[in-house]
Amino acid sequence: MSGRSRRRRPGPPAPTFTFQFDGRPVPAAPGQTVAAALWAAGVRSWRTTRVTGAPRGLFCGIGVCFDCLVTIDGTRNVRACLAPARAGMRVTTQVGVGDDV
Amino acid sequence: MTGVVVVGAGIVGAACAWYLARAGVEVTVLERDTVAGGTSSAGEGNILVSDKPPGPVLELALWSRRLWQDVAGELGPAAIEWEPKGGLVVAESPSDLDRVHRLVERQRAAGVVATELSADQLSQVEPRLASGLAGGAFFPQDAQVQPMLATAYLLKGVEVRTGTEVRELRTGPSGEVTGVRTADGTVVPAAAVVNATGVAGADLAAQAGTRLPIEPRRGFILVTEPLRGAREPAPIRHKVYTAGYADAVASDDPGVQTAAVIECTRAGTVLIGSSRERRGFDDAYPVPVLRRLAAQAVALFPFLARVRVLRAFHGFRPYTPDHLPVIGPDPRMPGLWHACGHEGAGIGLAPATGAMIAAMITGGAPAVDPAPFSPARFR
Amino acid sequence: MTYDLAVVGAGPAGLAAAVTAAQAGCRVALLDAAPHLGGQFWRHRDSSGAGHRAWSVFATLRAALLDSDVDYHAGAAVWAAEADPPGFVLHVEGMAPVVARHVLFATGTHDRSLPFPGWDLPGVVTPGAAQALLKGSGVPVGRRVVVAGAGPFLLPVAVGLLSAGVQVVGVYEAGNPWRYLYRPWVLTAARLREAAGYLARLARRGVPYRTRHAVVAARGTGAVSEVEVARLDRHGRPVAGSARTVACDALAIGYGFTPQIELPLALGCATRLDVDGNLVLEADLAGRTSVAGVFAAGEVTGVGGASLALVEGRLVAAVVALACGRPSPFTELELSRLLSRRSAERRFAALMHQVHAPPAGWVSWLDDRTPVCRCEEVPYAAVRAAVTQLRATTGRAVKGLCRTGMGWCQGRVCGHATAALTAHLCGRDLGPADLETFARRPVAQPVTLATLAGEGRPDRFPDGGRPGPQRVRPGDVSPRTSADP
Repeated sequence: MSGRSRRRRPGPPAPTFTFQFDGRPVPAAPGQTVAAALWAAGVRSWRTTRVTGAPRGLFCGIGVCFDCLVTIDGTRNVRACLAPARAGMRVTTQVGVGDDV
Repeated sequence: MTGVVVVGAGIVGAACAWYLARAGVEVTVLERDTVAGGTSSAGEGNILVSDKPPGPVLELALWSRRLWQDVAGELGPAAIEWEPKGGLVVAESPSDLDRVHRLVERQRAAGVVATELSADQLSQVEPRLASGLAGGAFFPQDAQVQPMLATAYLLKGVEVRTGTEVRELRTGPSGEVTGVRTADGTVVPAAAVVNATGVAGADLAAQAGTRLPIEPRRGFILVTEPLRGAREPAPIRHKVYTAGYADAVASDDPGVQTAAVIECTRAGTVLIGSSRERRGFDDAYPVPVLRRLAAQAVALFPFLARVRVLRAFHGFRPYTPDHLPVIGPDPRMPGLWHACGHEGAGIGLAPATGAMIAAMITGGAPAVDPAPFSPARFR
Repeated sequence: MTYDLAVVGAGPAGLAAAVTAAQAGCRVALLDAAPHLGGQFWRHRDSSGAGHRAWSVFATLRAALLDSDVDYHAGAAVWAAEADPPGFVLHVEGMAPVVARHVLFATGTHDRSLPFPGWDLPGVVTPGAAQALLKGSGVPVGRRVVVAGAGPFLLPVAVGLLSAGVQVVGVYEAGNPWRYLYRPWVLTAARLREAAGYLARLARRGVPYRTRHAVVAARGTGAVSEVEVARLDRHGRPVAGSARTVACDALAIGYGFTPQIELPLALGCATRLDVDGNLVLEADLAGRTSVAGVFAAGEVTGVGGASLALVEGRLVAAVVALACGRPSPFTELELSRLLSRRSAERRFAALMHQVHAPPAGWVSWLDDRTPVCRCEEVPYAAVRAAVTQLRATTGRAVKGLCRTGMGWCQGRVCGHATAALTAHLCGRDLGPADLETFARRPVAQPVTLATLAGEGRPDRFPDGGRPGPQRVRPGDVSPRTSADP
């Protein structure tokens, strides 16, 4: 057991690019999802619900709950927990069902 | 008199109970599953006069539409998502448009309000419709309701026993109905029994020796993602369907008939129908049928191409070969009444059916002649 | 081309089945919606396997898969399944339908949730989400995290967070794991060592592990900042006056797992109510469902963990190989070992479900405004009114009157809770019919009308969140970089 406690714990991956969230840059590392990068940047919600306007962000993290829907590059209802972060993406808070129906 | 038992807590049974209760009759509704557990929870909530050619069903539908106005007011329009939004029949070709015009003329003579629309007018009234349509007609009397809520609210204040299957009709010395026996052996006495069992209507009738040729006619509906919040305008403003819909309803072909029927709901989703086929109670979802519904929807409303379908549901309409519901006294068993076989028009025709049944049971005269709907007609 | 076997799901069960069947000579297609192999259990960011249990098993299977003839399609979401005698057709978004004589559903599970006041606050996530964030993207879910709910999974989640430098404020288990000792013969040495290891790590770092405790409320403005933890009595009800407030910046909470069975349901497979209150597929020793040609392995036959899933996947492959006229991939001795391993794992799973059952009194911690359905924001008061005032007596009736389960997730998150709530309000036990209404999804994934119409226009990235299906060949294992299109 003692060998294990000496193993360096893996830190979060170093960010190598940024994308935009509501106009501000968010750092991201290769392989991270949009949700993870937002989370690492301290963002906890990126949409509001259509009935009560409540803030929502991540819930199940694996793409089944659809709570994490966000608008990316003008496309509504993208699951942030599945979408790989890409340099230059424009991610915007989705209000209700979003624009451009 | 002892009360009346209504068998079936779908929209028709609920409407019968509503009108009977108003006439001062003690009503008990017996339902083998749950409130609106059958076809009433499998439709779009259509209340249409536009799809009916002149005849007894149209007459019933016009009366029923007037009754719906009052019923919705009493139940609370918001509670049942009542939307008197009007219906738009769309013709995809000049020959379709011609047929629409001719039908509209005949319907007008029978009391239907309709406005013919040119292609330009169509796009003003429903801006997201595809271009290149020939024209259409607008029917302000068409409306929509959430059918499960409507059923449940109609039954408020009525005694309902769910999970209670009626196994046997009990009769007296002259063969008259005296009550029913349920699956657990309980006998519920009744001076009259109303068979409002929808697609299972033939079973209860058979106990009286009466043949009601009611068969399931399967349909599917696609439901999209929500496209608006509560206070935003709906991307589709009316109930919209193509000229082929009335043909599909009237067809006797057991093979699959599809015709686009599309509308928004209060919840913000878009409902996409319609399909009709007679395949018994087969509840598999054939992808080719779903494909046709999707393709027809996108052809009418191109913006739907990128809209996501979240779910699909199915139902079995109670089909009769002459396309008329069965409303009236059983020819053999005094005290047994039938109120079933409404095919895809059950929601729309429910109040009139209920009012008609209540009138006949209490010795009154219904506003519409019940003769065409007589259960005796199948002998 | 008609495959001998199409496998849906590339987690432990699906991977083991695909590899075994291919090695026996079957033509196999493997479909998984995720971009990487491994399902939830082996979710990973890079190939080091750091922090993963049984990584070598996965590495071996992955190498075997890529070395085989299996047609593996990543990013392939199956949205419908139909019988197409003598086989089946699977409709996949963005590619041609897959036709196979036999089909194996190894579609796994997702976390199971119970609602409580404040559970819709940002920062409240499932244990699976905490795991996915950490293992998939290297991001810890918070700095001061509470882990709660029920089930053995809470332990590796908590320990994983500790390893990432997170302060785990407490681990609150609603069940009573001492009950494992009622049937100690069911526990293997390996499992005991594993559990002891986790508990020791928690103890060393001073992280309280409280059993018979539950989070009954979350509070915060805009995001969770504190939770209320209560002790539970013998009947699983919060003990009055026992609630304590615990400050945190994230809560990872879940009560076991729910299998995803919509595709086999669409094919008519029979189900049963499992000991943990889940609707699962009925399947025999070899994973045969009630529909000839349809197989099930892994969590969908009953939640039981990765070891059981591996065994079940292999057993299915053996039967399919024989059905295709191939020699059995296993000797009789190997088969009998697999079967006895299966029995042992299932015995453990049954005990696990009893020990970690959702607390029976959970309904008592709801208030009128607690959302039951997150997607459609349906509060508890509406569900209660549907039963008590509108006479809804089944899960389906409640759904029709309240919209619970009609939103984007189609009942994945709220299904169990709504069904259980309905039964509770009706004064009866939870039944399979209540659950079925939330388990059936004729359209299994949200697809565009264009896709449904057969206009095979692929969605442009990043629509839907996934880049779309791609056939993976040997050598394609490297993680994508930001330079990828």
